Amino acid sequence: MPEMTYRQALHDALREEMQRDPNVFLLGEEIGIFGGSYKVTEGLIDEFGPQRVLETPISEGGIIGLATGASMTGLRPVAEIMTINFIVVGMDQLVNNAAKIPYMFGGEAKAPIVIRTPSGAGHQLASQHSQVLESWFAYVPGMYVIAPSTPADAKGLLKASIRDDNPILFVENVLLYNEKGEVPEGEHILPLGKADVKREGEDITLIAYSRAVHMALAAADALAEQGISAEVVDLRSLRPLDIETVVSSVRKTNHAIVLHEGWKRYGAGAEIAAEIQEHAFDDLDHPVERITGAEVPLPYATSLERAALPRVEDVVMRAAFILGRDKVGV
Amino acid sequence: MVKEVERNRLQPHTTQNAPVEFHESRQELHDMLAQMILIRHFEDKVYEMYTRAKIGGYCHMNHGEEATIIGAIRPLRPQDWIISFYREHGHILARGTEPKYVMAELFGREDGVARGRGGSMHLFDASRRFLGGYGIVAGQMPLAIGVGYSTKYRDADEVTLLLTGDGAMANGASHETLNMIGIYHLPVITLIVNNLYGMGTTVERSAANPDLWKRGEMYNMWGTQVDGMDVMQVRRTMEEAMDRARHGQPSLIEAITYRYRGHSVADAARYRTPEEVQAWRGADPIERFYRQLLEAEVVTEQDRQEIERQVDATVQQAVDFADASPQPDPSGLFDYLYVNPPPTLNEPETPDA
Repeated sequence: MPEMTYRQALHDALREEMQRDPNVFLLGEEIGIFGGSYKVTEGLIDEFGPQRVLETPISEGGIIGLATGASMTGLRPVAEIMTINFIVVGMDQLVNNAAKIPYMFGGEAKAPIVIRTPSGAGHQLASQHSQVLESWFAYVPGMYVIAPSTPADAKGLLKASIRDDNPILFVENVLLYNEKGEVPEGEHILPLGKADVKREGEDITLIAYSRAVHMALAAADALAEQGISAEVVDLRSLRPLDIETVVSSVRKTNHAIVLHEGWKRYGAGAEIAAEIQEHAFDDLDHPVERITGAEVPLPYATSLERAALPRVEDVVMRAAFILGRDKVGV
Repeated sequence: MVKEVERNRLQPHTTQNAPVEFHESRQELHDMLAQMILIRHFEDKVYEMYTRAKIGGYCHMNHGEEATIIGAIRPLRPQDWIISFYREHGHILARGTEPKYVMAELFGREDGVARGRGGSMHLFDASRRFLGGYGIVAGQMPLAIGVGYSTKYRDADEVTLLLTGDGAMANGASHETLNMIGIYHLPVITLIVNNLYGMGTTVERSAANPDLWKRGEMYNMWGTQVDGMDVMQVRRTMEEAMDRARHGQPSLIEAITYRYRGHSVADAARYRTPEEVQAWRGADPIERFYRQLLEAEVVTEQDRQEIERQVDATVQQAVDFADASPQPDPSGLFDYLYVNPPPTLNEPETPDA
């Protein structure tokens, strides 16, 4: 299998779907001549022209509304919102329109849109450019929220999202674009709403999505050195939520930590923890724990930014403590 | 304290004796009158059914706006699209949807145009390219960018009529929408149904420059104002706008009209005087059009009586149909939420059950 970056995998998925279906088109700010803020769409305007790679003004509501309206008439728009922080400006179109259209019109309409957007803290981007807001959208029935962690998943899930008939928020991550991984050749499509066990283990389940999966895998490596076998479940999708895969793992390990960027209270971890206790209460040997970002706006100074984000060491320490093999002392 | 200019704007400025030239067929003119009367009587019945608790929720009615509605929607061809807002009973009726399916939706029944899931604010008819009523003020506007862009993308001969209200023009979505329509030269006609009040707030108090049509120029589109109480003036303006749209020139039309009733059924409209309402009722769009047709000898008094009789029968049949239609079965609560959802979606099974 060829190795490529997360960025390249997304680029290839867009290009292949545009080649396959003439109704697929892209829209967003700076996605054409500029090549995209994170360069995912670079070169596509040369291949497909300005009609299929539509450059927009800085109008997030207009972008999402345009995508939704076009999708209602048979097109398959893929919109890029430069970062998830800006989606708040267009939230009305996504939550009040796209997510409601199939239901409130009694199945007479559908809104097959994909909104791609990067989430997460980057390099000292401070309070207004570092947020993790995808759980807001996962809260909304009518939406799908997909969040891949690897290049292979990014490609397979983006292609599946473009072919799906539901409104989808496709969450990328600013720190993953240069992440490399193997991607299957040929037609690679993954089912939406299916979690993936990224590493098998026996003692504790680490549940994560997007960039936090890589932190969980690093923690699992460190735990292995202490003789602890951690299983890593990558949700890949916040809605639909594949709780079955999570619960199956917890039944085996009897311990669980949910790990994610973003805030703790009312965050994705709260939902996962609740689902685990609903479905596997008797299998738990310890309360489900959450390791998340601190509940502050992201600060600028490197010392403070580091302190606000979840760390691999935190996961290792809590896992060891939970399993009673804590040699460090807490 | 109402300023003089504001008071002046709240009076009807009609051109009662303007000569009218018809080039429509007798049948078309007859049907236009009949549809205006249908909207009026339908809304009268809706009000009655609301007070009898057959209809719930928010309910915004079109009394007084019939000329604007028929003048704008009647010239559309089958391939043209409509995006509307929450005061849209008349809009979907003008598009030709059978009143009984509209009434069934208002009653919250399975035979409604949205199978009872939408109600008064969310009427829809895909077969007539009526792409829905939306309940967030100005929220429907950005959708029209996409419908217009789709037409351009497919190189199709279609225009989109975007209906919006005067209140929506104070919202940022109106700017994003008109700007993008202008940038991409989309075949979209934006019609501001200016009934002078957003809920209880006059246009003077919500728009720094209350001549809303003048915004057309800044979006590089044709902007014009029309007497929304005169169906033929609205129709002629719309025909010109459609012609422009087909040549890649969008339009912004402001139709000055009036809603006889409050913002919704529940609004007693104490923010305006009985004299003001009476003045507008004196400029009634149905009576004006009827007089024009009488003078042109297109219809007779007997025709009018026959229209009224047929409309009353149609509206009563709509009520009977709606009342007989079942409420949606609770087992269908999750229907239409997703298209082909995976099994893990709504109510997850206990994994080992």
